[in-house]
Amino acid sequence: MATDGANHDATRRGFLKGAAALAGTLVAPGVFLYQTGRASSSLQAGVRWGMLIDNNALDEADVDACVDACQRENGWHAEPGSETDAQWIRKVSLEDRTTGKRSFLPLMCLHCENPPCVDVCPTGASFKRADGIVLVNKHTCIGCRYCMMACPYKARSFIHQSLSNQLPWAPRGKGTVESCTLCVQRIDRDGADAVPACAEAVNRDGRKAILFGDLNDPESEISRRLRELGGTRLRADMGLDPGVRFQGL
Amino acid sequence: MQQAPNYREISTGNPRYRILLAVLLTLVLAGLAAAHHMDTEGHRITGMTNQIVWGLPHVFAIFLIVAASGALNVASLSSVFGKRAYQPLARFSALLAIALLIGGLAILMLDLGRPDRLIVAMTHYNFKSIFAWNIFLYIGFMVVVAVYLWLMMERRMQPYSKHAGMLAMIWRLVLTTGTGSIFGFLVAREAYDTAILAPMFVILSFATGLAVLVLLLMLCFRLDGREIDAALIGRLGRLLGIFTAAVFYFVLVFHLTKLYGTQNHGFERFILLDGGIYSWLFWCVQIGIGNLLPLLLVYGRRWQGSGKALATASAAVVAGGFAQLYVIIIGGQAFPLDIFPGYIVESSFHDGMIATYIPSLWELLLGLGGLTAAMLCALLVVRVLPILPDTLRTDAN
Repeated sequence: MATDGANHDATRRGFLKGAAALAGTLVAPGVFLYQTGRASSSLQAGVRWGMLIDNNALDEADVDACVDACQRENGWHAEPGSETDAQWIRKVSLEDRTTGKRSFLPLMCLHCENPPCVDVCPTGASFKRADGIVLVNKHTCIGCRYCMMACPYKARSFIHQSLSNQLPWAPRGKGTVESCTLCVQRIDRDGADAVPACAEAVNRDGRKAILFGDLNDPESEISRRLRELGGTRLRADMGLDPGVRFQGL
Repeated sequence: MQQAPNYREISTGNPRYRILLAVLLTLVLAGLAAAHHMDTEGHRITGMTNQIVWGLPHVFAIFLIVAASGALNVASLSSVFGKRAYQPLARFSALLAIALLIGGLAILMLDLGRPDRLIVAMTHYNFKSIFAWNIFLYIGFMVVVAVYLWLMMERRMQPYSKHAGMLAMIWRLVLTTGTGSIFGFLVAREAYDTAILAPMFVILSFATGLAVLVLLLMLCFRLDGREIDAALIGRLGRLLGIFTAAVFYFVLVFHLTKLYGTQNHGFERFILLDGGIYSWLFWCVQIGIGNLLPLLLVYGRRWQGSGKALATASAAVVAGGFAQLYVIIIGGQAFPLDIFPGYIVESSFHDGMIATYIPSLWELLLGLGGLTAAMLCALLVVRVLPILPDTLRTDAN
């Protein structure tokens, strides 16, 4: 009887040890990944990324350079005249109706504080990160295009055909919606030192035609410039508070 | 005293019934094939673009969803408002509400960029989106109306059908308010961004739903050699006339309000004068055929009690309602967004330009597939269940 009881205890101890080891094996990677994820997250508390585009400092060639740089960085291409190809950023030509003054500016997703695309998305695939970047979750976008109807800046594109040769850091897929990500891959990699491709393409020789930075940091260059010279919010009447602002409009 | 109606399945004796079923089935299959082709090739094979993001399939889908809600009118009049003259049609009214909604939702689902992600739409909700609310409203409507139909058909449960009828009526008013608000909540576009779109859709649902019910009722009765008497035809005609006049009133208020604000003059000029196909659809089909012609037919002394006049008026209301939705949905997108007020704008993304849209065959087939699926569904159910009354005779009450 006593031997039986001892065997029983040993079996139970063995079972408990095994169960603990199994539980540890299953849970540990999750805990590790969770901690690693938190440690490496570039979503800094209180940050709101934005851009200030100086329209007076940009000529047509500069705006073309912005578009080319975005295409290279994010792997998209639009045939001239195509009404179905995606355009993450575009060159807009403006002519003042009264003065006739002509200018060019790059237009992309303006990463609103109150984005209507996020409001209307039925599945929550359109979302705003804690650092203010508005993105589309490629796994939950069902391709209803309601966000395209809601965006006042026509910033979003629907992918109308199969794609090939996509870049690993800029996933795209037929039947889903996409737009400027503010080069989120660079921000996640370089943090505050990141510069989106469009800004990098025109900020040469010390010139800063497109300033990128933290709108919430009063000491950041973008905040200082906005304080000194101001910046235009497109369709400010709608109260969306875009993170991308313009000077010289 | 009116006798309780005797309900009976329609017979298959008429070869035209089987031919009609075969034609409808063919069109449904063609619609499914078109949807599959769109899914495989992507939306580049449609006329939809990054400028016109919702096209002909959405016009079909929203027409069917709006008509589904309105098809329940007759049942509501009977159960909720106690209009006994409509009681024999209450079952058919509820059946059509479900069938039309199935057709409309099928189109919406199959036009998605990723229809395979339906499960995502069913499991991930953003409750700030009216689209997400509509998913619940549409599915809930089908359940509520199905229960209502059962309560009407099951003799023991009939006392409860009045309560179910009330719930179904409130539900469909909320549902169509939600459908109109898909556009009414779009603050970015001049064509939308107005609360009047929700009640306008509700009243449009009354008119188009009744018109579709009249047409399908006449079709079924004709196939089975049943009769509708002139008194009921006159009654249905007058009801259609009231709804049509109300639609016209809402359209008038919508455009007068827009015309009052200077910032909307460009958009109004586009829809009412310079819009090409949209202006033509507005004046000729929506107003001329869809509003004025039915009013003439149902109130004109010459056509009182005429079945042909009621059928023509109903077809005109359907055509007008379809044109109205085409103008609202596609015309509203064709007019460019005013991102830079005070500037003349050009870009590679067609900023500042009137967008062009030519629907492709695939979109037309998908839309027709949904419409015919709704009809097929209704025609099959009236064959197997006692939905339609033997005859439609009303005493003055």
